[in-house]
Amino acid sequence: MLGRTDLPNRLRVISGAKDKDCMKCGKCSASCPSYEKMDIRPHQFVSYLQRGDVDAMMNSTTVWACLCCYACIERCPRDVKPAQIIEAARLMLIRRQGDTPYVSADDIPELLDPDTPQQLLVSALRKYTK
Amino acid sequence: MKRVGVFVCHCGTNIAAAVDVGEVVDKARLERGVVFSAEYPYMCSEAGQTMIANAVKEHNLTGVVVSACSPRMHEVTFRKAAAKIGLNPYMLEMANIREQCSWIHKDKDDATKKAVSLTSAAVAKVHLNTPLFAGESPVTKRALVIGGGIAGISVALDVADAGYDVDIVESTPGIGGRMAQLDKTFPTLDCSACILTPKMVDAATHDNITLHTYSEVESVEGFVGDFTVTIRKKARSVDMKKCTGCGACYDKCPAKKAPSEFEEGLSNRKAIYIPFAQAVPNVPVIDREQCIKFKTGKCGLCETVCAPGAIDFEQQDELVTQKYGAVIVATGFRPIELGKFGEYAPESKDVLTSLEFERITNAAGPTKGALVRLSDGRKPKSITFIQCVGSRDTTPRGKAYCSKICCMYTAKHAMLVKDKYPDIDVNVYYIDVRSPGKNFDEFYRRAAEEYGVNYIKGQVGKVVDMGDHLVLQAADMLDNRQITARTDMIVLATAIEPLKSTKPIASMLTASIDTNGFMTEAHPKLKPVESPTAGVFLAGACHGPKDIPETVAQAGAAAAKVLGLLSKSKLTTNPCVAAADELACNGCSACESVCPYGAIGYEDRQINDHGVRGNQRLAAVNTALCQGCGACAVTCPSGAMDLLGFSNRQILAEVDALCR
Repeated sequence: MLGRTDLPNRLRVISGAKDKDCMKCGKCSASCPSYEKMDIRPHQFVSYLQRGDVDAMMNSTTVWACLCCYACIERCPRDVKPAQIIEAARLMLIRRQGDTPYVSADDIPELLDPDTPQQLLVSALRKYTK
Repeated sequence: MKRVGVFVCHCGTNIAAAVDVGEVVDKARLERGVVFSAEYPYMCSEAGQTMIANAVKEHNLTGVVVSACSPRMHEVTFRKAAAKIGLNPYMLEMANIREQCSWIHKDKDDATKKAVSLTSAAVAKVHLNTPLFAGESPVTKRALVIGGGIAGISVALDVADAGYDVDIVESTPGIGGRMAQLDKTFPTLDCSACILTPKMVDAATHDNITLHTYSEVESVEGFVGDFTVTIRKKARSVDMKKCTGCGACYDKCPAKKAPSEFEEGLSNRKAIYIPFAQAVPNVPVIDREQCIKFKTGKCGLCETVCAPGAIDFEQQDELVTQKYGAVIVATGFRPIELGKFGEYAPESKDVLTSLEFERITNAAGPTKGALVRLSDGRKPKSITFIQCVGSRDTTPRGKAYCSKICCMYTAKHAMLVKDKYPDIDVNVYYIDVRSPGKNFDEFYRRAAEEYGVNYIKGQVGKVVDMGDHLVLQAADMLDNRQITARTDMIVLATAIEPLKSTKPIASMLTASIDTNGFMTEAHPKLKPVESPTAGVFLAGACHGPKDIPETVAQAGAAAAKVLGLLSKSKLTTNPCVAAADELACNGCSACESVCPYGAIGYEDRQINDHGVRGNQRLAAVNTALCQGCGACAVTCPSGAMDLLGFSNRQILAEVDALCR
């Protein structure tokens, strides 16, 4: 069992991401449609995990800005899975918050925009609920 | 009972760090028949070998066990030492306590136990060893080179200059390979054709070199010094003896829709064609799938215009069988397919592979050297190079290795563009610039510093073709910003892979290939140009990504090894071959059907069975062909087949010792 304090390893287990395999090519940040909204960029997110700064990851805007489009996972040449690291950090944050999710499912308007892709709605539900 | 000596090596700390060598020495003394045991830091050194020699004399040893590294490493060394002092070399056995023990175990107690076990197994085997005597096999003084690129041409010229006959087999209609497609070569910017074409002519006119172009290796039999190879000379439909190379046929040929292989499909060629203007040999080939005469029976225009009457629609493939002493594999590389890299829009006409770009910049290429967009013929205002496309990619769509040549040719391309058109904006996206090599880093820095090529550390995530321009989204890792930029042409430094034909050629030669499909060398440091199969040598990119200087250097090294082999009058054969026990053999042919070397035949022998005369059919092993693989020994239903030096009894004795 992982200790409660061993956050980086817990994040690795939850995400299944291979941060050590990253060769800093920047393909994730080059692919990211939400890049400008992130304070910690996808490629930096991998570096943050490498040095174990999970608190900074959990408090970043990135965990909410990631659209879960998985372009970074699809194109990463080393199979590092940056979006899964971001998602795991978000899950850890939500669990820490206990029963106070960021947004409840009821708060999401019925139809945001006729062009909203299905995937975005699904990812929003994943993101804002426990 | 043999008198056995056991010699345990420390191999510096390679063995001693994980194995208690003293314990192995002491335990060995308790083995049956062991009269002497000792240890030494480097048993393979001269002092170590002398120690063995002295012990053999002093203690009248009749069997020796050396517990050290893999027999692949030093069995020959120790057996030579044994022979020097008059012991039959096959009375010496090695126990591998390095690769199979100390290197792979961390617990010293366990490793020591295993080393003791492996040593006692070797002692058990040596008790059953019998003296074996190596035979001799002939050496055919002729070499076969598979592949007619710069690697194959270089090997062939070096071997032919030394006075031996060489045949080059090339699958395309002409020699020259990839290098013939290149415009300039790094880091000196020599014109590729200017340095290659004289070599092509040298190869074609050399008295000792025979070219088999438009030909493939059909089958290979035999072994080092004595390969028998059948070459399929595909029907050219043009008589090579009559053709004068005037070119009237391909000038007149009306079938002009075949994509030119030489131009990477960027332009079309005729159905009857030579790959490029300086082709060697200058004899066209008819592509029968494109030829109207072959498709419909009508046309034959080439035949009408051919003054010497060289066109021959009836020509058939021809099989040529020849004996060779050595085979050199020089099959080369190709860029990978980009179908799985949709984010780079590889289907766009303005997104090129580097090899395509090479043709665009070549004065003899499809645009006559004019740097234009292939979609609309406009001169680009901005060109973007993307490195590591498919290289260093551990996912199933890419190649895990670095393709090695891309950093340098991208710097070359960028520099050449800037040199000719300083107004064009040139950007290079890179992960790392790798430029080890003589004058390589200086070359790359010149592109950035002198020519103003803009190097951006980061990758491109997406390319979209907007019609009159392209848009890309990329990351600049050093500035920590995302870039969205317009560009007019994109060049992808595409990963390279071995040719598809490498694998079947390797299996014909029983040579091995690695997980990436490249040919494997016998030893990464000490035997870099030999394949693990004796008599098979490697040159060029079939063995791994290589630039031209490295390829030519390797070709020279391979030639030196080939000459060392061809200059011998006889080769010593391995006496560890199969043998049939005539008292047990019933002539069932099971062994013959599994022998991969065709080494087993049968002979009838007259016997007198209790007064009844009859014939007995017996298996007979051709010891020159047998490679000692042991397939027959495990197949034989009556236990008649056995492998000398690795007999069933010897192996069972080893197993018994291990299980004790």
